[in-house]
Amino acid sequence: MATSTTKALAGEEPPAPPGTAGDGTSGKRRASLLHRLDVKGAPYAFVAPFFVVFAAFSFYPLIYTSWISLHHVELATLDVREWVGLDNYTALWQDERFWNALMNTITIGVISTVPQLLMALGLAHLLNYRMRASLFFRVASLVPYATSVAAAALVFTMIYERDFGMINWALGSIGIDPLDWEAEKWPSQFAISTIVIWRWTGYNALLYLAAMQAIPAERYEAASIDGASRWKQFTNVTVPGIRSTIVFTIVLSTIGATQLFGEPLIFGQGPNGVTGGADNQYQTLGLLLYEEGWKNYQMGRSATVAWAMFLLLVLAFAVQRLIKRLRARSS
Amino acid sequence: MTTQSLPVRTDAPDRTPEPTTGRGGRRRLLRIRAGRQHHAGPLAYVLLAVMAILSIFPLYWTMVAASTDNTRVSQTPPPFLPGPNLFSNLARAWDEAAMGKAMINSLIVAGVIALSTVMFATLAGFAFAKLRFKGRNVLLMLVIGTMMVPPQLGVVPLFMLMSELGWSQQLPAVIFPTLVSAVGVFFMRQYLSEALPDELVEAGRVDGAHSLRIFWSIVLPVARPAMAVLFMITFVHAWNDFFWPFVVLDMTNPTVPVALTQLSAGYVRDQSLIMAGALLGTLPLLAMFIVFGRQIVSGIMAGAVKG
Repeated sequence: MATSTTKALAGEEPPAPPGTAGDGTSGKRRASLLHRLDVKGAPYAFVAPFFVVFAAFSFYPLIYTSWISLHHVELATLDVREWVGLDNYTALWQDERFWNALMNTITIGVISTVPQLLMALGLAHLLNYRMRASLFFRVASLVPYATSVAAAALVFTMIYERDFGMINWALGSIGIDPLDWEAEKWPSQFAISTIVIWRWTGYNALLYLAAMQAIPAERYEAASIDGASRWKQFTNVTVPGIRSTIVFTIVLSTIGATQLFGEPLIFGQGPNGVTGGADNQYQTLGLLLYEEGWKNYQMGRSATVAWAMFLLLVLAFAVQRLIKRLRARSS
Repeated sequence: MTTQSLPVRTDAPDRTPEPTTGRGGRRRLLRIRAGRQHHAGPLAYVLLAVMAILSIFPLYWTMVAASTDNTRVSQTPPPFLPGPNLFSNLARAWDEAAMGKAMINSLIVAGVIALSTVMFATLAGFAFAKLRFKGRNVLLMLVIGTMMVPPQLGVVPLFMLMSELGWSQQLPAVIFPTLVSAVGVFFMRQYLSEALPDELVEAGRVDGAHSLRIFWSIVLPVARPAMAVLFMITFVHAWNDFFWPFVVLDMTNPTVPVALTQLSAGYVRDQSLIMAGALLGTLPLLAMFIVFGRQIVSGIMAGAVKG
């Protein structure tokens, strides 16, 4: 593991004998100065790589996005930037596709996140029992997490296929008419949500499980002495006991939902991929961002969509905080 | 179900006697279980079995579809048992669909990202956990704050940056933005705070070792189990990363997910080939999960927010 670089840095000199500081050859004062420098400076050197890379490839692009969004920039000529002020924003505001993508992002986000986290909670509860093969069940629930978005979306696309897909065949065998999962709005959004749910439920369940196992046993004992049923224990001890983990997963899922991209892209197969279906029925903001930049060659517009996504996230968290406040007040 | 709860036992039924962390660390990678010790009833087993089937079935079916031919895949009822063509389809995917090149690219990308993430996260995690310096808490808050910043929002300037550097369609464009990870830094800090006794670091200081030497000879051996877990989890994420590679790479030089997208984007869809590609792209990670499942599970759980 990366030994070569570190070895070169650390040097391979034998450890200094006790009592001398580092390089004992060149006088105590210089050694102690070096020692002081080392103690003071080394921590900064250790954390520097993280901050340097983050600043260059995450923070700077994020800030620069807002600047780009005030310009007209074409993909073919990235260095030609024409100042247009807020034109991109007004155009986006009046663009029906934007509102459609915004609504789709929210609806798919809700129908993929809410059931996912509820199911994860139930699954964590089950995994928390003492049982045989507990490791097998834990690893099995992580299998979807090991599957890439691309592979998962391809399989689900086939399973939801209109003419020979497994789902329609199963529906047909119990006498329900087949659905056109790709072409219709709600079925397509439902299908895309199931891909997200499938991939992330097990992972979230493990996070919940870890938190559940940190709940002190005394709380359960106290609850059962008070005569609380299993269900009551679950709602009054388990769920409050893992509250901060639940908040954490809500935050992560919200960030993920805002940027949904791979699932709808691949579900649309080919020419419809980036538009999110023939009528944009499942185009998300992520797809719109890509379409504006890399299909319509309008990088400025693309940056504007990115900025709108960011605002949506901020808004989502503001709403979450507000709900928290209101609930705190009402209780 | 209003049964009295069983007397709680605090022994650990699912703990393995593997070498865990430093003595006295309250939180080990595989923790002693607190909480309820109810035994699973038949209903729990049934539900868990259903969950396991739901988790595994799509991948099983990928394998089935990859092992038949197109006419069989598109018949109803769909095939549920593997056919004879698995290896020929995998070979076709490897050669025709650029999956071979994509696998090698993904191996490079995920390997480099995982190595550098582990290295830098251990360095920074050690500093945050055990070294005293001005502004430590502020910087740590910054690290945690960066977790909240979705990387994709800066995709347009990042793309421009890569064009200027001449890295478009090149692997460095995918590797550089993810050389470090805030989650990794935080994870290593949590781990080292508990696993690395202060006395060990102090002893190194007394012996006159400089910081890098302490890191190399004292911290690394202690951090090894957590480093292995972080390596695997980062590898999984880098291997499966989709949006940015899709934006910055093209079919001449793809990673696995990018190649898979192209595979499915044609008007004429070769289903068996697509599924063979999907299977091929998933196999390395699946193998890793089968071999190191326990470590990955405990790693994810150790990195969870408790309470």
